[in-house]
Amino acid sequence: MNFDFSRNHFELFGIPPLYQIDTIQLEQAYRDIQSQIHPDKFAHLSDAERRLSMQWSTQANEAYQTLKQPLGRACYLLHLNGVDIHEETNTVMSPAFLMQQMEWREAIGEARAAKDTSELEHLTGQLRTEIQAQQHQLADLLDKEKNYPKAAEIVRELKFMEKLREEINYALEALDA
Amino acid sequence: MSYSTKVLDHYENPRNVGTFGKDDEGVATGMVGAPACGDVMKLQIKVNKDGVIEDAKFKTYGCGSAIASSSLVTEWVKGKTLDEALTIKNTQIAEELALPPVKIHCSVLAEDAIKAAVADYKAKHGEMVETAACKG
Repeated sequence: MNFDFSRNHFELFGIPPLYQIDTIQLEQAYRDIQSQIHPDKFAHLSDAERRLSMQWSTQANEAYQTLKQPLGRACYLLHLNGVDIHEETNTVMSPAFLMQQMEWREAIGEARAAKDTSELEHLTGQLRTEIQAQQHQLADLLDKEKNYPKAAEIVRELKFMEKLREEINYALEALDA
Repeated sequence: MSYSTKVLDHYENPRNVGTFGKDDEGVATGMVGAPACGDVMKLQIKVNKDGVIEDAKFKTYGCGSAIASSSLVTEWVKGKTLDEALTIKNTQIAEELALPPVKIHCSVLAEDAIKAAVADYKAKHGEMVETAACKG
C-alpha cells in the first residue's frame, strides 16, 4: 500500500476539487480506502507499519468528514485556494445581515417561550429555503466564478444560518421533552 | 467546560441588557457577529454633549462567555470618552473574565462591538464631537 500523506482530501479520494461533488462517489472512494486498511489486514505487519496504516486511516476519515458536509467542503476548498474565512476574528458582517440574525433569534426565542411548535416548524422551512439559496450561490462562486473572497463571505453567513438551525432544533427538542 | 465565577456572575446577572428608545438622543449602535459560533451582539452607547458615554446597553445571542463579555464592556465603557472606550482591548476582557482559549473570540466580539458603536456615533455626529473637543 502506498501511503502518500501529501495528497489533499480531494486527491485522496480521486474526485475533482469542486463544491458540487458526487457524494455517492465520495462515499464509495472512502469505503474503498477503509476496506484496504482495515486493522485486521495488518496483523502480520511491524508496529511501525501498523502505526502508519492507522495514521492513514485517520487521515482518510478526517478527509471524508470534511468533504461530506457542504460547509466543510467549502471551507476546505477556500483553504486550498489560500483563503482563510477568519471565523474567529472577522466580526464585521453586513449590518443588514446581522439585523436579520437578531430578528431570527428573537422569533425563535418568542416561539420557544410561547411553546409554539408550528411556528418553529414554519421557521425551519423558511431557514431551509434561505440556506438552499445560499448554497446555490456558493456553488456558483466556488465552481464557476472562482470568486473566493465573496465565497468566504457566504460561508461566514452560512455559519450563522447553521447556528440558527441548531437553535430551532434545540427549541423543538425542549418542547418535545 | 466550566465557566469562571466572573463569567457566571455576568451570565446570571447580566448588566445593562436591553435597547435604547429609537428617538433617544446621542445613541449609537454597534452590531457584530462571530462566524465561529454564530453569536450576534448588539451594543448601544448613549453619549452626552461632552462626548462621554453615560450609558450603555447590549443584546447578545450567544454562549455564556459572549454574554458575559458584552455585559462587562457595557460597565467598562460608562464614564469613558469615545477615544477612551476605543482603548479597551479584547485581552483585557479575556483576562478579567478568565476566558479559556476557545472562548477568546467572544472577547474579540465585544471589543469589535465597541469599535462599531463608536464608529456609528462618529458617522452620525462627527461634527458635533469635533466642536465639543475644540471647546474643551
